[in-house]
Amino acid sequence: MEKSVILAGFGGQGVILAGKVLAQAGMDHGLEVTWFPSYGPEMRGGTANCTVVLSDEPVASPLADDPTALIAMNLPSLDKFESTVASGGTIVLNSSLIERPVMRADVKVVSIPMNEMAAKVGSALAINMVALGAYIKATEVTPLATVKTAMAQMLEKDGKGKFIPTNEQALEEGYNAA
Amino acid sequence: MSVMTPKMVKVFERPRSLADIEFTYCPGCHHGLITRIIAQVIDELGIQERTVVVGPVGCSVFVYQWFRCDGIQSAHGRACAVATGIKRVNPDLIVFTYQGDGDLAAIGTAESIHAANRGENITVIFINNQIYGMTGGQMAPTTLIGQWATSCPEGRDAGLAGYPIRFAEIVAQLDAPVYVTRQSLYDQKRIRATSRAIKKAFQYQVEGKGYSLVEILANCPTSWHMKPVESNRWIADEVVKVFPLGDLVDRG
Amino acid sequence: MGEKILIAGNDAIAEAGIRAGCRSYFGYPITPQNELLEYMSAHMPKAGGAFVQAESEIGAIYMCYGASAAGGRTMTSSSSPGISLKLEGISYLAGCDLPCVIVNVARGGPGLGNIAPAQGDYFQATKGGGHGDYRMVVLAPATIPEATELTMLAFDLADKYWTPVLVLVDGVLGQMMEPVEFCEPVDPTTLPLKPWALTGAQGRPRNIVTSFFLDPHELSEINLKRQDRYRRIEAQEVRYEEFETGDATIVIAAYGTVARIAKTTVKLARNEGIKLGLLRPITLWPFPYAPFRALSNRVKTILTVEMSAGQMVEDVRLAVAERAETPFYGELGGIVPTPRGILREVRKYVSYDAENGQSF
Repeated sequence: MEKSVILAGFGGQGVILAGKVLAQAGMDHGLEVTWFPSYGPEMRGGTANCTVVLSDEPVASPLADDPTALIAMNLPSLDKFESTVASGGTIVLNSSLIERPVMRADVKVVSIPMNEMAAKVGSALAINMVALGAYIKATEVTPLATVKTAMAQMLEKDGKGKFIPTNEQALEEGYNAA
Repeated sequence: MSVMTPKMVKVFERPRSLADIEFTYCPGCHHGLITRIIAQVIDELGIQERTVVVGPVGCSVFVYQWFRCDGIQSAHGRACAVATGIKRVNPDLIVFTYQGDGDLAAIGTAESIHAANRGENITVIFINNQIYGMTGGQMAPTTLIGQWATSCPEGRDAGLAGYPIRFAEIVAQLDAPVYVTRQSLYDQKRIRATSRAIKKAFQYQVEGKGYSLVEILANCPTSWHMKPVESNRWIADEVVKVFPLGDLVDRG
Repeated sequence: MGEKILIAGNDAIAEAGIRAGCRSYFGYPITPQNELLEYMSAHMPKAGGAFVQAESEIGAIYMCYGASAAGGRTMTSSSSPGISLKLEGISYLAGCDLPCVIVNVARGGPGLGNIAPAQGDYFQATKGGGHGDYRMVVLAPATIPEATELTMLAFDLADKYWTPVLVLVDGVLGQMMEPVEFCEPVDPTTLPLKPWALTGAQGRPRNIVTSFFLDPHELSEINLKRQDRYRRIEAQEVRYEEFETGDATIVIAAYGTVARIAKTTVKLARNEGIKLGLLRPITLWPFPYAPFRALSNRVKTILTVEMSAGQMVEDVRLAVAERAETPFYGELGGIVPTPRGILREVRKYVSYDAENGQSF
């Protein structure tokens, strides 16, 4: 079974890091994974996205025509990728910034106010973990505990260990809301 | 009749580091003299067995043949980058480049400046004869204003071709070089001074002090269309006005 | 093999270089290979090696030239426009029979192009690029684990045949992350000494490293010897992968990123009953002409897919001649073909027998 997700948002919303955490968690969970970012000038302030593929066999294409899920952190991301999501797939969207509904009837929609939820745990920067938590609940690709561990390891490695508790809370917040 | 047998004292010999091959340079050219001085310095410092010469493209393209040392030919202008690679991999080697004005100060400007700026522990011997000799006498970056060359048949015009570039002065602006000097060979005194400068540059490298540039004002009787003696006089009278002699930096 | 780590292609190739016993790296920043240079700046000194951020790609390749002549395993990396600058030095490396590993994380061109993934450097990599009669081994991994294996292999081949070796990837492979288990590191002090290395003329005649021979007969002789070496490489070092070609009636020819995407196409096609296979050259030079020739005797179509206007397809056609049809599908400008995009193209060459429900 192969699952693919596009994580998309403004530069600074942390979609690149959220994708890495998911890929790391998938690997720790025993899955084959790939992570592919949009890169270049757009990563500084413009739109950003990355694709994560998780599979129980070696991943061929790291890019997906029709991802099984989309995490849309802002309206341009929903506009750009909504039509590509596979039928029966999942769209996790940030209702804080996206006012229109999803037009597709053949996908599962998880709509949560990520900005407010992140603010609630005390850090606007944790919005990406709110999104990831919701995605994990909706798709069950890996256990939440594995994601928490992967996140903690990555932040530790980058010398940002002090942000681990906030990000754990954000993951839980998203997970419980979905 | 009694014959006095004079006590024989050897006052002159071929340096050990100089290979027993005839130079291919034109008669009266300073390249041969400079090569000999370097070989003598290598002998005096006892570094023949760990010296690597990096050759240029130009009249001295075969410079690695004249020394009994390991040698490498470089692409035109790249000698300082090649020397950097060798020295970084094996810092025990004594590495020097031997480059003309086109090689070092035109096509190789970037490599030459940045090796100096990094303070690579190498010695750069820069032969400034104000002409492209090997290709037949075209204008060099150091050609004097008004000087004739095959590619500036009316003489170098600053409006068209800029001014002679003073490479030693440019390098002397940098913080890293330990020794930057300009020398010449137009008389005995200057030849001895050049020998001392080259020795100092190598000595600094042996001591691990860093980058040295020895710029030498040389002649090219063939492309200048002068007799060797005239060419020496030309350097003494005209060239030194544009390229003043002496040490620019000595942080040793 | 050690533990599995999630790592980006650029980082993984750099780590593989260090593990291969490379102890000098010279480079210049250019997207999308910057992380390779940055990784080297952090890790090469820790391994006791030399790292220099050069003044240009030209400076970098000549630092490699010097480092290789001094006997060490050495490496540089860049992306397409930077590789164009290095070509002069690559010709000199080849002309002096010096080993060196060069990595091209290719991007869109020509000119400044863009920083998106592309495969427009195939001709440059495999047909010379620089001046003179030389060849260069070109390795084209399709995954990051394979990129690490081939980078280590690149050093072995460079030393075995005294030749520059190019590892050709693209922006996708440079930027994407994948789990990797690295091979055990090579201790550079255990590598065989190179008799021509510039180590100082102590207790032996001087060594001269040069590609300059004025006597035509001498230069001819040296070239012929080198050509013999190239023939040996062609005989011994061809590498490729066949995927689902056993019963295939149509086969995709693709390398690198496109090949791994096309593997998904193969799966999609087989779900529709199309007998699709994939032949993936791993060495672009030497090119696997023989496997393509063999395949062309039993399949109807060999569809070459590249992120270029059609470069490798010329080698495929050379191998296949007229024995099978050899169409081409390319994406340009940094557009990456998708599995379904390739499938749409494949369908054009498949006829469907409605009575028997079979595609052929």
